[in-house]
Amino acid sequence: MADDANKPFAGLADVSISEDIAVEGDISVPVGSSRVDEDMSTLDEPVKETVLRDLRAVGKKFVHVLYPKKSSALLRDWDLWGPLLLCVTLALLLQGGAVDQGEQGGPQFAEVFVIVWLGSVVITLNSQLLGGTLSFFQSLCVLGYCILPLTSSLLLCRILLLVANNNAVTFSVRLLVVCASFGWSTFASTAFLADSQPPNRRALVVYPVFLFYFVIGWIILTFSP
Amino acid sequence: MASMKDPFEFQDFDEDSGNLLEPRRDAVTISIEHEDVKFEKKSAPPSADAYEEDPETSDDQAKLLSGQKKTPAFWTFEYYQKLFDVDTHHVKERIIGSLLPWPRKNFVHTYLRRNPDLYGPFWICTTLVFAIAISGNISTFLVNLGNSNYKYTPEFRKVTIAATAIFSYAWLIPLALWGVLLWRSNKVMNIVSYSFMEIVCVYGYSLAVYIPAVIIWILPFAWLQWLSILVALCLSGSVLVLTFWPAVRDDHPKVYITILSTIVTFNVLLAIGCKMYFFSKPENLPEKPPGPTVAVKLST
Repeated sequence: MADDANKPFAGLADVSISEDIAVEGDISVPVGSSRVDEDMSTLDEPVKETVLRDLRAVGKKFVHVLYPKKSSALLRDWDLWGPLLLCVTLALLLQGGAVDQGEQGGPQFAEVFVIVWLGSVVITLNSQLLGGTLSFFQSLCVLGYCILPLTSSLLLCRILLLVANNNAVTFSVRLLVVCASFGWSTFASTAFLADSQPPNRRALVVYPVFLFYFVIGWIILTFSP
Repeated sequence: MASMKDPFEFQDFDEDSGNLLEPRRDAVTISIEHEDVKFEKKSAPPSADAYEEDPETSDDQAKLLSGQKKTPAFWTFEYYQKLFDVDTHHVKERIIGSLLPWPRKNFVHTYLRRNPDLYGPFWICTTLVFAIAISGNISTFLVNLGNSNYKYTPEFRKVTIAATAIFSYAWLIPLALWGVLLWRSNKVMNIVSYSFMEIVCVYGYSLAVYIPAVIIWILPFAWLQWLSILVALCLSGSVLVLTFWPAVRDDHPKVYITILSTIVTFNVLLAIGCKMYFFSKPENLPEKPPGPTVAVKLST
């Protein structure tokens, strides 16, 4: 054994590294110093550029929601700016409703936030528990962006109530508009979410989304300033 | 170790080798593909005393080698994923089974079959909460339609009250019932006690019949409302009674009568309470001419 150990590379003949031979050499990977120059540094650009870039991304996703085709843009580059904007707009537009009623009036600003975000979280958890493949934030992103039709219908309703009296005709017009936007929202979000579910559970995932947008549509419909 | 064959050659593994390594032939197997959760029970259909929950034997080898059902801890995500292991047609069957109770069919045995789910109870309760709030709102509006003194309010606070009432009914009563059944099963030999999730499941699905009932309550006809309450009470009450009857019938008559009547009483209380609180009766307001009344108010 001692004889074998003295010979250099003695163990190599067996194609196995014996413990006596020290492993030498440098196995560290040289750190690429060129990486810093390759990335475009977004730190130096003017603020307007940064904001516009994000706004353009949000706007592109709005277009995807308005014309829902099978595209993965919403899922690939998810962001939560759009949902936040839409939620704030929704909450602001739902203010000023029957303030003299005290506590039986419309939802407060914070309540709208709670409803939208809590509802989205619950639906996301539901779809994940049923075995969906979307990540948590992707699902939040889709559900938040698909509120866009309902928010625009709320805008339309408010304009209508400003211009005309609250009678049966305006109510039926509002009903029509809210129903149409509710259907649009549900259809748009289903187009994005349905593919990520196994086929025998799709209805189980779509129903909570339906309920969520139905409740938001109901809140919009019953809003009377 | 260098083998004789080319080490990069693909080797075919037998797909069913997992089954061969199973130590127990009559174990419940679940195939790994989640498309179809097959529940193959090799044993006979469950009888009442075989329904006791087996203590989970933790056999490491069995867990690793076979596809045997293992229960993860309740703080992991996988535990809850197991509770959502249902397909669309399962949920549909369970809802229909709760709407049409049959004397011999025990809901737990027939429909749940050891796979209680949390999807049904949770979403049925949520739907019921919103249905009650919205229907109550519409019915109040319709009842006061000709009334000029009435100003419409959406009444969102009632949603939280409805949610509290329904979710506590769907969770606290099963908890109490589970405790009682566990206590009785310690005292009396033949009592079977269902697991907590199964009781929650039965209660959740039994609330499904109230959703159409609540929508019917929008129409302001008193006879229709009371008829639909009666029908809903009978259906959901019979689902509950038929489920728990096999569990308690071996007990002392006083005990099982108490348990069953408590179940029915709480059911009735929930239905009547919701009807009373959320749906207002048409009040007979005398038609006051607005003129003189306003003058009176201004002068005082």
